[in-house]
Order: sequence, then C-alpha cells, then structure tokens
Amino acid sequence: MSLDRKVGFIDGLKYQGGSPMWAWMMHRVTGLAIIVFVGLHVVASFFMQQTGNDIATAINIVYEHWAFQILVSFVVIFHALNGLRVALLDLRPQFQNYQREALWLQWLVFLPVYGLTVFVLVRNALVGG
Amino acid sequence: MQMRSRTIQPGFTFEYFMWIFTRISGVSLVALGLFGMVGALVLGARTQLDLPTLMRWTFFPNPNHVVNSNIPDVAIGWGTAFWQILQILIIFLGVTHAVNGLRVVLEDFIGRSDLRPFLRGVLFLLWLFVTITAVFVIFAS
Repeated sequence: MSLDRKVGFIDGLKYQGGSPMWAWMMHRVTGLAIIVFVGLHVVASFFMQQTGNDIATAINIVYEHWAFQILVSFVVIFHALNGLRVALLDLRPQFQNYQREALWLQWLVFLPVYGLTVFVLVRNALVGG
Repeated sequence: MQMRSRTIQPGFTFEYFMWIFTRISGVSLVALGLFGMVGALVLGARTQLDLPTLMRWTFFPNPNHVVNSNIPDVAIGWGTAFWQILQILIIFLGVTHAVNGLRVVLEDFIGRSDLRPFLRGVLFLLWLFVTITAVFVIFAS
C-alpha cells in the first residue's frame, strides 16, 4: 500500500513534530550525505590515482580542505550519535516516552565531541599541519 | 489530508530483519570506528601520525588507504590479517547499512509502484559490486 501524499514539502515542514521530527529528518539527510560523500571519495580517489583526472583531483582538494571537513565531521558525528540514540530507545517501548530528554542528552554528548573535532581541525589549519 | 500507515505483516519478515540489522550494524560501526581510532593511535605512537592518517585508518584500516602518509613500516605493523578482518567487517556492515538506508528512503517516496522491484534489483547489484570490489581491494593490498 502506498502512502497517499497530497502534501507538499513546505506543508510537510509545518507538521508540529518538534525536535524528534527534526532529528529524524536530519538523520535521513545526513545518511544520504554520507553515501554521496563516501561514494564520491572512493570514485574520485580511484580516478585521481589511475588517470590523474582534473575533476577527481579537484574533488579531493575540496575534501581535504578544513572548512569542508568541519561540515563532514558534523554530518558523521550527528548521524552516529543520533543512530545510537535510536538504537538505544528501540530496546524497550517504554523508552520512547523519554525521546525529548534523550535528544537533549544527545546534544550534550555531541557538543564536546564536535567541539573538540572543530578545535583540532582549526588548530591544524592554523599551524599548517 | 489523509495519512495511512504502511501495512504491517506479523512474523519475521525481510523488513523486520533489516530493521534489526540496521541497529546492530550501526552500533557495530561506531564501535569499529572507535576501535580503529584507538588502534591507529597505538600503532602511530611509535611513528609520526598526523590527523588525516588517523582519520583514514579510523574509517578504513587498509595500508593502501594511508600509502601517501609518511609511515615507514606500514606493511609490517598495519597490514595484518587482524586488520583485514576488521576492514571486511567495516565494508560489509557499512555498505549494507548504507544501501538498505537508501532503499528505505527511496521506497518511502515511490511507495509500492511497479518501479520497486526494478529499484531493488539495481540497489542489490550496486551492493554486490561495491562489496566485491572492496573485498578485492582489501585482499590485493
């Protein structure tokens, strides 16, 4: 059975799902982003190594830039921590009552982990490592 | 606006199996990543390990993956059967997790149309190709 979707994207965003809905959407978006990122990384590295292709080299230069890595580390760390939260809450149905609290806890863990990553990336960019 | 939920079949179905697999593989991938990072730090403690090398080893612990880094004994300390098993685990769990996630997202949009068997076939071939290529790379390096 297919879903009857007579709802546009903008109307869908008006659904009052709150923070769990946003986490669900971000989990999908970051998941797709990781597929694109890793797929391009493998293909670009292959062609850069084998044929020295200009586009492949350009992709790898973007990937190695510290600003891009700050974005990628956000995507990866968010997807990992959100996935851990989902897996943990799925262990028992009663846990679902504490979704919002779990999300606060998730951001509480996210902040130091991501903060440390950004700190290391920026420091490496400044010293030219 | 009327929303209907998906029909849910009781019992041990394909969707139920993939639902469990997604959670187990996701948690395993986080554990494998942390293990790779700790391993890279231990192995790199006696060499000069920079941040890009640490990240490359964390997500895919293959000697070819760090071939551009300035590590003198990469084949001796890093290219062992133990790390090969870890690479195969990361590839299998990661690729399956990713392709299944892609399938779930795409099928949420197309529903049960005539496209679905075709889409599943394409995704299955993609999964097979990526997995076999990666395992070949692991054994060839």
